[in-house]
Amino acid sequence: MPAPLFETLSGIPVQPLYTPEDVKPGLEERLGKPGQFPFTRGLHPEMYRTRVWTMRQFAGFGTAEHTNQRFHYLLAQGMTGLSTAFDMPTLMGYDPDHAMALGEVGREGVAISTLEDMEILFRGIPLDQVTTSMTINAPAIVLLAMYVAVAEEQGIPPEKLGGTVQADMLKEFIAQKEWICPPRPSVKICVDMIEWCAEHMPKWNSISISGYHIREAGATAVQELAFTIADGIGYVEECIKRGMDVDAFAQRLSFFWDVHNDFFEEIAKFRAGRRIWAKLMRDRFQAKNPRSWMLRTHAQTAGVSLTAQQPLNNVARVAIQALAAVLGGTQSLHTNSMDETLALPTEEAATVALRTQQIIAHETGVTNVVDPFGGSYFLEALTDRMEEEAMEYLRRIDAMGGIIQAVEQGFPQKEIADSAYRFQMQVEEGRRTIVGVNRFGGEEEVSIPVLKIDPEIERRQIERVRAVRARRDAARWERAMGDLRDACMSDKNLVPFVLDAVRAYATLGEISDVFREAYGVYREPAVF
Amino acid sequence: MSLVENGAPGADALLDEVYGARPPAPRVGITGPPGAGKSTLVAEMALLLRRQGRRLGVIAVDPTSPYTGGAILGDRVRMSELSTDPGVFIRSMATRGSLGGLAARTEELCELLSAWGSDLTLIETVGVGQSELDVAQAADTTVVVLTPESGDAIQSLKAGLMEIADIFVVNKADHAGADQLAAGIRSALGLRAPAAWRPPIVKTIATERQGIEELNEAIEKHRAHLGDPGVSEGLRREKIRARLKNAVRERLLEGAWERKGLGALLDRAADQVLHGTISPYRAARDLIERMTDHGERSPN
Amino acid sequence: MAGKIRVLVAKAGLDGHDRGAKVVASAMRDAGFEVIYTGLHQTPEMIVQAAIQEDVDAVALSILSGAHMTLFPRVLALMREKGIGDVLLTGGGIIPKEDMASLKQAGVGQLFGPGTPTTAIIDYIRGASE
Repeated sequence: MPAPLFETLSGIPVQPLYTPEDVKPGLEERLGKPGQFPFTRGLHPEMYRTRVWTMRQFAGFGTAEHTNQRFHYLLAQGMTGLSTAFDMPTLMGYDPDHAMALGEVGREGVAISTLEDMEILFRGIPLDQVTTSMTINAPAIVLLAMYVAVAEEQGIPPEKLGGTVQADMLKEFIAQKEWICPPRPSVKICVDMIEWCAEHMPKWNSISISGYHIREAGATAVQELAFTIADGIGYVEECIKRGMDVDAFAQRLSFFWDVHNDFFEEIAKFRAGRRIWAKLMRDRFQAKNPRSWMLRTHAQTAGVSLTAQQPLNNVARVAIQALAAVLGGTQSLHTNSMDETLALPTEEAATVALRTQQIIAHETGVTNVVDPFGGSYFLEALTDRMEEEAMEYLRRIDAMGGIIQAVEQGFPQKEIADSAYRFQMQVEEGRRTIVGVNRFGGEEEVSIPVLKIDPEIERRQIERVRAVRARRDAARWERAMGDLRDACMSDKNLVPFVLDAVRAYATLGEISDVFREAYGVYREPAVF
Repeated sequence: MSLVENGAPGADALLDEVYGARPPAPRVGITGPPGAGKSTLVAEMALLLRRQGRRLGVIAVDPTSPYTGGAILGDRVRMSELSTDPGVFIRSMATRGSLGGLAARTEELCELLSAWGSDLTLIETVGVGQSELDVAQAADTTVVVLTPESGDAIQSLKAGLMEIADIFVVNKADHAGADQLAAGIRSALGLRAPAAWRPPIVKTIATERQGIEELNEAIEKHRAHLGDPGVSEGLRREKIRARLKNAVRERLLEGAWERKGLGALLDRAADQVLHGTISPYRAARDLIERMTDHGERSPN
Repeated sequence: MAGKIRVLVAKAGLDGHDRGAKVVASAMRDAGFEVIYTGLHQTPEMIVQAAIQEDVDAVALSILSGAHMTLFPRVLALMREKGIGDVLLTGGGIIPKEDMASLKQAGVGQLFGPGTPTTAIIDYIRGASE
């Protein structure tokens, strides 16, 4: 066996023992009280004593009917927020009958092509009584508009709607690689949504600035922290450039962290993130309202840490990661299902994942005390160190002219690819252990049931979208599409135009094509 | 193609056969520092030329890792739109230990692309160190791509790019510093002895398809200039001479280490030098002797 | 002189998860292969055209979107149609065992699931190219 690595997953060296000498002076100032600047210890004075985090399980597969059923089931199990996963063609802005959609419809999430699908997706769910998170980016403006339009039909105005669209395009170019247009117009559309929501949807998070995908692509915790906050800075700068008042939109920005296996590093990441953001918002962007200084976050356990080998072990991984997110002070949480490396979760696996959160919330007692690890010599030293390393990255990105330039040059992409490769080599050399994969492997494989997606779904979805195209009011559709095309050539906020287009039953693919024509298609730099 | 690239038996016979079967396609070399946007520029040039009905060969060269002998050739990523077009033939090459930045057998692949029916061949390569000279030798027209960000751009102007460029491109011309870069190039060109061809400076924003037409026009003009018998004969002979030298060197060395069991001799010589028995120069002379010796003795 | 092993590494389908493809490509480079990396969102037509032009010894596809039962057979059929049916088609992703078996039956090479060491893939391609 090679010597064990005494370092965090980010490569930060770890001492055998931490003492008061390892914590730099001025700790009290760096911590603040919970609910106060710089929010290291949490956003609220009493944290989970007042209310536990939102348990928000991601769900979506097949057609809108399938996912609607799963939503009803999860709500009945005590889940408190909806979270929608879309299929690949939807995420990339293609209708199911596009050549690129071949074999992908309804596989990784639900297929949503027109307003009709969205009506079915939320049938029987009063949208003013749930909050909905939609994991959608490049065509987020279309899904946001569809959600608003469905609510309209239910008689609910946009100001009563709570939830989130992910709508974070910068991390798409950095990590998840699902895009329609190049970075600059993509960010412009994100800012349109932030602006429109600030005015019309006061309870809606107009963006979820996501470290999750950055981490899953192979970044270290430090890189996740740094690049995500760099993205946040990018959006804030673009909003300010447009003339928005920072306090008018900052409170609706939200974040999304990954929670990996390195227990203390993950807790430190949440704490360092809040502190960095609070300082940036107060000092660099001059936000006056303390609520604008708060980094509110959703978290999800690390899909990439789960193994296809010995899949039941994933239940333990998820539990430990979820505990780290809670000790880090998350506002909402998704726990992965044990079978996710094999296929979409089965109902049983998804239920165990939710029960894991309920056990942490109601059986372990960790919710009784705010930031219970606060003051630990190790955790505080680690929090400081992560802040320093992330700030160093932020300085480098600023020196490149900001995150958009850095992305165009492939800088974060390269850093992440290097980390992913380094980690893989450490695993292959046996310097990092993955239980059940490179150590403690079992002789025989345990097989667990996996969810199968019926290939018929693709055909049915194609038929449905074609029927909608044939049935809709052609004149109204044409007018709305023409107006949208014109708006793309101007500086106008696109949200109202997309809203008109979806009300006229324009398809997601048609609207995305307007963007492709107006703004071009992105070509990524090849980075290794 | 791989036969030729590997210098496999029969490769030269194949080349003899295709040589002159069709008129050789003019070759345009595109070089410049990493991150200058060369692949995007090539993709955009190719898209435009395709719209004009030309058949194209594209050779994209990336460096071989000196440590592992492997390479990642990623230029196709930027050329997706061309990848199903039957009128474009894209070939990625690794430098495979050739001294310059160009793959050893680039010339030969250009011949094959001519035989395939290319009207024009674009050769894209990262300009580092020696490689610009290789590109200039292989290409009829050499385009040097710089950006305001290539901070040491002006430095490289001094280091030899000036001599080989037939055309300068200032890419990312919307970024700050583009005008200064163009001015820097202009003044460096001013220092050169007056010549019949004065390299133009073309500003492009490849990602927004700006300046591509002007670039293709500048290449056409340079082609016309070369076509002028007054200028071209001497220049072309010079290039052919250099290409011949290159071909000879490649054929002398390629496979030599394997062919005559020289690999084993090399190992032994290395041991001897290691133990101080002989000097490295003596060992080298011995090895060269064996290499040029036509006997097929076994190493022992 | 034996030629270098040339491998086309492509991300087929719409998902953007290129971590695995990139790690494998880097490992292949370090094993001395020449890797032609096509990037994301490649259609079967693009993949096969690239395989022909690049004259590769193997085509390695990474598919994590669940579309493997559509995409592998389509690529294989095109390869055969265009006369490169003898080139190895391999790959990896989230592919259930039964699907791997039925693809193998159809003529696709070995496929690799999550957690496979890169050396296994490299050894397999090297063995198949000899």
